[in-house]
Amino acid sequence: MSKLFSKENKEVLSSPLNVNNPVAVQVLGICSALAVTSQLMPAIVMGLSVTVITAFSNVIISLIRNTIPNRIRIIVQLVVVAALVTIVSMLLKAFAYDVSVQLSVYVGLIITNCILMGRLEAFAMMNGPWESFLDGIGNGLGYAFVLVVVGAIREFLGNGSLLGFQIIPQSFYDMGYMNNGMMTMPAMALILLGCFIWAQRAALEKKENKK
Amino acid sequence: MEHLLSLFVRSIFVDNMIFAFFLGMCSYLAVSKNVKTSLGLGVAVTFVLLVTVPVDYLLQTKVLSEDGILGQDLTYLAFILFIAVIAGIVQLVEMVVERFSPSLYAALGIFLPLIAVNCAIMGASLFMQQRIQMDPATSSQAIGSVWDSIAYALGSGIGWLLAIVSLAAIREKMAYTNVPKPLQGLGITFITVGLMAMAFMCFSGLKI
Repeated sequence: MSKLFSKENKEVLSSPLNVNNPVAVQVLGICSALAVTSQLMPAIVMGLSVTVITAFSNVIISLIRNTIPNRIRIIVQLVVVAALVTIVSMLLKAFAYDVSVQLSVYVGLIITNCILMGRLEAFAMMNGPWESFLDGIGNGLGYAFVLVVVGAIREFLGNGSLLGFQIIPQSFYDMGYMNNGMMTMPAMALILLGCFIWAQRAALEKKENKK
Repeated sequence: MEHLLSLFVRSIFVDNMIFAFFLGMCSYLAVSKNVKTSLGLGVAVTFVLLVTVPVDYLLQTKVLSEDGILGQDLTYLAFILFIAVIAGIVQLVEMVVERFSPSLYAALGIFLPLIAVNCAIMGASLFMQQRIQMDPATSSQAIGSVWDSIAYALGSGIGWLLAIVSLAAIREKMAYTNVPKPLQGLGITFITVGLMAMAFMCFSGLKI
């Protein structure tokens, strides 16, 4: 067990959450990060789906990495990912139909999520299955983290609710408070993500200056 | 004819791939530093869209659907089949660009093969799949024939091209502005795109 959770492996798991965040630092997988975050619930489901798919496609590719001919590796990777996405999309349709309708084509678009291809190319092709699994989980969670933050802010300011429960009490509305309809529009997602990246980079810089 | 035209104009302005659906963001942000390169990528994406969406349309209606030649509902294979078509066509485009324009090939670099995983292409195919079920009599978004799918693909491609070239032009000018350090590069680009998306929202009331 101690080998499975060695220091390097912990690093593999935790660095994508912060210093190597796939969305904020490496700018991968932006498309879906913006499109599904108008509410919190689809953001959470999307984050979890991507985490699961990244982890398992990493494991599968890492297991067969020595048998894939180099020239056609991209197509092999795409097919593995597409098969996993098909499974997840069917599971969502079966057990969480409302959310899967809300996510519409963006579940299918996980196939073309750059985080997946990036991790497969950069990590799973060179490392063993267990490290790849951790790497997939780490990167998926890093992605989910950004989604949840942006989704929570947009739902809270745009609808005054979180996960569909009303947070801002009616008395506030009676006093003249109004929901910010802009927040539910696509354009605000871009601006919020820009601010998120701004805050994260400023924090990282401060940390480095202290060292 | 009228339907084709409205589909075409709508997919450029109202259902713009970038500003309404955020599709193809990765290469959009990474390659939009210079107008010439972004124009090249935009044309490549438009071309790939123009070929893949009609091919995927034919696959969806003639092979995968229940009334197709196999007589079985195979829609669950759509993801795998679409991505295989896209990857094949991108490979073809890559070879053509390398042969006829080596300078563009060098400038696009890794982003040329990455068109295969450009969400705009897969996204257009999936939206097309959804729109087949719409009723052409009531919805101007419905896609009922190969010609419709060609008009939709061309419109989406030109919309993407328009978006990337205009962002590249803004970013070329933005090089001279004084931006706070942590906001430089990516952060300010996001905010710029957000403002552009807001401007494009004016088109959403367009009735064609």
